[in-house]
Amino acid sequence: MKAKVHITLKTGVLDPQGKAIEKSLDHLGFDGIGEVRQGKVIEIELAETDEAKARAAVEAMCRKLLANTVIENYAIELS
Amino acid sequence: MKSAIVVFPGTNRERDMAKALTLVGGTAPTMVWHGDADLPQGLDLVVLPGGFSYGDYLRSGAMGARSPVLDAVKRHAEAGGYVLGVCNGFQILAESGLLPGALMRNRDLRFICRDVHLRVETADSPFTQAYGAGEIVRVPVAHHDGNFFADEQTLMALEGEGRVAFRYCDERGLAAEETNPNGSRDNIAGILSANRRILGMMPHPENLVEPALGGTGGRPLFESITEALS
Repeated sequence: MKAKVHITLKTGVLDPQGKAIEKSLDHLGFDGIGEVRQGKVIEIELAETDEAKARAAVEAMCRKLLANTVIENYAIELS
Repeated sequence: MKSAIVVFPGTNRERDMAKALTLVGGTAPTMVWHGDADLPQGLDLVVLPGGFSYGDYLRSGAMGARSPVLDAVKRHAEAGGYVLGVCNGFQILAESGLLPGALMRNRDLRFICRDVHLRVETADSPFTQAYGAGEIVRVPVAHHDGNFFADEQTLMALEGEGRVAFRYCDERGLAAEETNPNGSRDNIAGILSANRRILGMMPHPENLVEPALGGTGGRPLFESITEALS
């Protein structure tokens, strides 16, 4: 089983890198760009085959290490 | 004062810190490796110095905060021990939950390496008692991720309990957007724990402790902690 963890900044947390990307896209002539937010994706291969157990394990990984929940949200995708 | 400095792979300010502690405190600190499960017996102060522990992988301080020695640092803190985290050390303290908030990428995305002015916001702590409240000092910063973030509730608690130790300002003491080098909320440069025995700060007081280094703005911090622990 494979887990894909999407980590994004919480609403209200300023994202200077997203802002820089937003400006750069505008500079390159892309119209209609709204707010840009940058995050990260972490892919994890898992030996676990039970989806509920895998999700619980990845949740724990997110809380303990992968995300800083002071500033970040996380979403888990299993396949 | 019996002190120790924790060294992680990628730490690079441990010798400056050892020099300052020895010069002002009179006793050389012990160096502790990040993989150690225990700290030396009878320690008063643990210092997490500056650098780039674990190459700043994942987030600055994230790996250091989960290294074996941090469990020992947490036990030391829970038993009322003193902890000082400077720069990467502050990032590790925030990542480990020993201090609230987070240190994010600098507002202008640039690595900042220069002297800044700080206003001492409280002299009521073992780290700042040799300063005067409101005193303005000059010390260097050298960081890419020093932009202090905390939610409104946490900020109110820090302000209400007098736990903001230092604020970025200009040479006259004006703390405003234009004197904020990295975008930190409310110009916060350093904060204290609830029991005031843990201090995390982005600037480097250990780099200005004798005139030959260009100033002594950081020296009272080491005088404070030496006095508190002697």
